[in-house]
Amino acid sequence: MEIHRLEKIWLAVSLVFIVALVASIVYGVAGMGVGTVGDTGQQLDPNGLDQTRFADPGGHWVDDDHYVVNVVARQFLFQPGTQEPIMVPANTTVTFYVTSPDVVHGFDVVGTHLNAMVIPGQETKLTTEFDEPKSYGIVCHEYCGAGHQSMAGQLIVVPADELPKNGSAASGNATATNATADAANASAAVAAPEVSA
Amino acid sequence: MTYIDDFPGEARVVRAAFAIAFASIGLGGALGVLQALFRTGYSRSLFSAVDYYSILTAHGVLMALVFTTFFIVGLFTWGVTRSLDTGFRDLRFTWGWLGLMTLGTVLAFVSVLGGIVGWIPTHAAVLYTFYAPLEASPTFYLGLALLIVGSWGAGVDYVLALREWRADNPDERIPLQTFMAVATMLLWFVCTLGVAVEVVVFLLPWSLGLIPRVDPLLTRTLFWYFGHAVVYFWLLPAYFVWYTIFPKLSGGRLFSDPLARVVFVLFLVLSTPVGVHHQYGDPGLSQGLKFVQMTSTYFILLPSLLTAFTVVASMEHGARQRGGKGLVKWLRALPWEKPSFSGIALAGLAFAASGFGGMVNAGLNVNALVHNTMWVPGHFHLTVGTAVALTFMAITYWLLPQLSGKRLRLRTLAAVQPYLWFVGMVFMSNAMHRVGLAGVPRRTSEPQYEQVIFNTPIATIGELHLQTVGGAFLLFASLLCFLAVVVSTWLGDRGAEPLAVNGHIPEALSGPEHGPSILDNFRVWVVLTFLLLLIAYGPPLAAMVQNGLFAPGSAPIPA
Repeated sequence: MEIHRLEKIWLAVSLVFIVALVASIVYGVAGMGVGTVGDTGQQLDPNGLDQTRFADPGGHWVDDDHYVVNVVARQFLFQPGTQEPIMVPANTTVTFYVTSPDVVHGFDVVGTHLNAMVIPGQETKLTTEFDEPKSYGIVCHEYCGAGHQSMAGQLIVVPADELPKNGSAASGNATATNATADAANASAAVAAPEVSA
Repeated sequence: MTYIDDFPGEARVVRAAFAIAFASIGLGGALGVLQALFRTGYSRSLFSAVDYYSILTAHGVLMALVFTTFFIVGLFTWGVTRSLDTGFRDLRFTWGWLGLMTLGTVLAFVSVLGGIVGWIPTHAAVLYTFYAPLEASPTFYLGLALLIVGSWGAGVDYVLALREWRADNPDERIPLQTFMAVATMLLWFVCTLGVAVEVVVFLLPWSLGLIPRVDPLLTRTLFWYFGHAVVYFWLLPAYFVWYTIFPKLSGGRLFSDPLARVVFVLFLVLSTPVGVHHQYGDPGLSQGLKFVQMTSTYFILLPSLLTAFTVVASMEHGARQRGGKGLVKWLRALPWEKPSFSGIALAGLAFAASGFGGMVNAGLNVNALVHNTMWVPGHFHLTVGTAVALTFMAITYWLLPQLSGKRLRLRTLAAVQPYLWFVGMVFMSNAMHRVGLAGVPRRTSEPQYEQVIFNTPIATIGELHLQTVGGAFLLFASLLCFLAVVVSTWLGDRGAEPLAVNGHIPEALSGPEHGPSILDNFRVWVVLTFLLLLIAYGPPLAAMVQNGLFAPGSAPIPA
């Protein structure tokens, strides 16, 4: 088969370009630790969440430098997130588990890499670390029914010592007002949280 | 001889398919303007924030599924019969599948309409991805199934015509247009298997109450098995035009026939095992699987990059035939005043731009920046909404006279139309990409929230909204121009004057005899396609059905 000389060059450049694109992603995943949502191997009965980690949604410390937040996304709110903000500590590993008892939702912490789907029967696991106290908006970005446009929430990153180590997330509410003020005062620099499975 | 005189029966089929396609794009376009006005907050008095989702569903179904599919089966019916120089054996079969597609379209559309019109007892505000467990009326799923099954009939017609031709011409290479049409329809058979199983085995019986639950992740994965390959089903007919007709419109001929075949074979083989790149954000699918499909996604750039070369090279060749000189000055020698040429050239330009956006979408982790934001519809309004749709409109200016025997009317409107579309889309798509980068979600009727601030760099959200609405109006004006030209040509008389266009297509500079004959052996390519699919989709599908086809299961939740 005849291939024009220029076309051979174009073909070679194209192949190099494609390999470079794949390599840049590999570098992002392996070198910088920025991956995406994976498979936790855990499946749930959407109608039986009271038997799971989502029975009492909210945040808690699992040890001194690891904070876990269980979030239920349902038509048309995040629990926690919508009625009360999700409070998480700064400079700490934070893991979010999100699931849905009804339809497919989205969980997008605007301005960060935390952007994933929430699917009934599955748990979405996102791990990250926030550099500094700041307030973020959370948006459901998958159409989930008539009230979808109202489904949003708030995530507030506070200094780690403002979240009591032995209490539940509910007691964190007492400091919410303070924390919001802190977050508003915090520098506007964009945090670059790392996401991994 | 003109096509309508050679194949009057087939010409009628093509005209009927085009008529439905153009009615769909007209209606879908009007709904698009309403959406743009609503989302940006310019006008929210015509309907409610809830009705928005029915309108969005109708827009998506009409544009992405109905307009495209009907135009494609029409275009390929012309291309196959013209290039084989033989009609279909039994036009009753042909009208049968076209009728089935039409019935499916009406059923699906009326089901969606029921969400807005009170006396129609259906609802289907599930958008064109219809993720379970949001549930539409059974008629919606049935309509979609009929539309797809009907389109399979078109593929059967093309394959049968090819087999008959091959029996008469055992030693000849398959004519390029037929080769491309058949390769595209084979791709269509392979990828629609996923959505057909999703709809017929799961969603339809579930919406009828015959099975209580379906697995949302499994049905979604079956959808995306289809959901990205479908974009190549839209794109390849545009490539068919770019490879086989556009060089002639530029004043020259195709650069290389064998490479065109290689490109279509690559698409057939690679376009389905990439669907998981729409599910990077999904739980329940491993990162390894996502990585594998990301790699095949990036490799499918290759046939498009090769196409870019051929299209530009064919254009340059044509320009030089027309007396064009210089390194880039030859561009001026091209017939920019002819809408069939300018529309395709602008479509190609839009596609090049959107290709770079696509590389962002395809990145396993970079995708998180844009996933499900307005960036994504911004992207596909450039690809299917411009590269494909503008190519289809442009080639209509060239085809319609041959299908009707009538000279094109309202030529000035036609000459302006592609430029209007392009400028309108530049504004609208640019604004959509940029609000998307700020995190504004797609598929939301009122993307304003008390708790969320979207930071757009450079321009404010208000300025970007103005660009979106302005662009949408330009696009609609362009659409009206197109429809005016089509309707006025269609209703005109068949004059005594000969047509200004003809269907003769010059041979390629490097003909099919320069390519290996294995290229024409579709059996080999289909087997290879299924092998790749087994690797790409075997493990995740096996894992999902291991604990039961319907578990973890969700009961229907009416949308």
